[in-house]
Amino acid sequence: MAGSELLLEYLSRYFPILVFVFVALAFGAGTLLISYFVQPKYPEPEKLSTYECGSEPFSDARMPFPVRYYIFAMLFVIFDVEVIFLYPWAIVFNKIGLIGLIEMLIFIGLFLVAYVYAWRKGALEWD
Amino acid sequence: MEIGLRLAVSLAQIAAVMGVVMLTVMVLTLAERKVLGWMQDRMGPMEVGPYGVLQPIADGLKLFFKEDIIPAGANKFMFTLAPILALVPAMIGFAVIPFGPSMTIELFGMQIKPFVISDINIGILYILAFASIGAYGIILGGWSSNSKYSLLGGLRSAAQVISYELNVGLAIVGVILLSGSLSLVKITEAQAGGFWNWFVIAMPFPQIFAFVVYVISSVAETNRVPFDLPEAESELVAGFFTEYSGMRFAFFFIAEYANMILVSCVAAALFLGGWNAPYPGTILGHLGLDALAWIENVVWFAAKVYFFLFLFFWLRATLPRLRYDQLMRFGWKVMLPIALGNIVLTAIAAYFFPR
Repeated sequence: MAGSELLLEYLSRYFPILVFVFVALAFGAGTLLISYFVQPKYPEPEKLSTYECGSEPFSDARMPFPVRYYIFAMLFVIFDVEVIFLYPWAIVFNKIGLIGLIEMLIFIGLFLVAYVYAWRKGALEWD
Repeated sequence: MEIGLRLAVSLAQIAAVMGVVMLTVMVLTLAERKVLGWMQDRMGPMEVGPYGVLQPIADGLKLFFKEDIIPAGANKFMFTLAPILALVPAMIGFAVIPFGPSMTIELFGMQIKPFVISDINIGILYILAFASIGAYGIILGGWSSNSKYSLLGGLRSAAQVISYELNVGLAIVGVILLSGSLSLVKITEAQAGGFWNWFVIAMPFPQIFAFVVYVISSVAETNRVPFDLPEAESELVAGFFTEYSGMRFAFFFIAEYANMILVSCVAAALFLGGWNAPYPGTILGHLGLDALAWIENVVWFAAKVYFFLFLFFWLRATLPRLRYDQLMRFGWKVMLPIALGNIVLTAIAAYFFPR
């Protein structure tokens, strides 16, 4: 197939998805907009204050939070990138034979090294 | 002309899929309360309509006409954006789900696949990618509310969703290995010819471990009981949507249920043969009614999806909520090694016994 035909083929496949994104956005925005015009609006300072189980809200919610969340986010990025590398390998697995199998076992071995390191360092603990 | 026609066909398909999804969400909100009620020896909602069947419509109308409160301290733009950001990815994931057999029909000289909006060759990656964007909606909603409950709920949710997304990604690799494709249409077609070909029990290596990991992880990813810590009502009121009301609250609600339907569809397509019947071919096809065989396929797909949806309710009625450290330990120290081991064993089995 010529390059331009291939491009056209791809465009025609992704075209419905683009349409779907716009339809879903329009549905969301449209519903909110219509709802905005039919709903009552009686704002009061008490009603607009942050909910804290009925007591007066104190201080701001923009406060420091545990660094654990950040560590797990980092671990996720590292491991998720490795998982993404497994996908193309899995698709062509039938065509690459023994070499592909051994190479990927080595790759998963490296994954395991990082995983065991994180485990031993206590990065997978939550206390 | 050509592009206009394609747009019209796409719009019709999108309207049909969104209609079915929204209708299923409505049914689910009622079904969940009914099933929970029956499991606890109650009747569930009974007031609106016969046996309470009109309850979802009453709920929807109520939320539509309720005041949308934006708290004084909130970041207004983010606060408005977050529900849409949660809803849109949950909806557009359905673009690559094959709801029925992959036949093509001629319409105005165009090839149209009626049961899938777009058969792209990276279907599964597309769903995973948009599932990640859905997490932004939750964390933005939690942060922009400027409430302590919301912030904690949003953070918990983000950490939980990414931890279990990793396991989902790993569990799927085994299926891709056996099918050699990322397209859900091709994966489903690879499982044709009877339930022994479904990837959950298919030779050379049954994906039963991957299936269990996927189902548990998808319960965690959709923030359902027993992994509903982001909205643990006894600690965090309502978690990331504590400050939301009216239609914006409804959007988070719809997004959660649409995500449940989406992960059920993916589970059915990946592991349980999608629209394939558990016997070779279709009964209608064997009877000579080939033109009507798609009805049987669609019914089988719906039955499998509803099985998973029932499982969600069943788990909710049965299991208590996990503690957060248990949740993270389970995800990282139990599910991840199982999923990884499954890939290695599947690869070795697939090498020595190719399909």
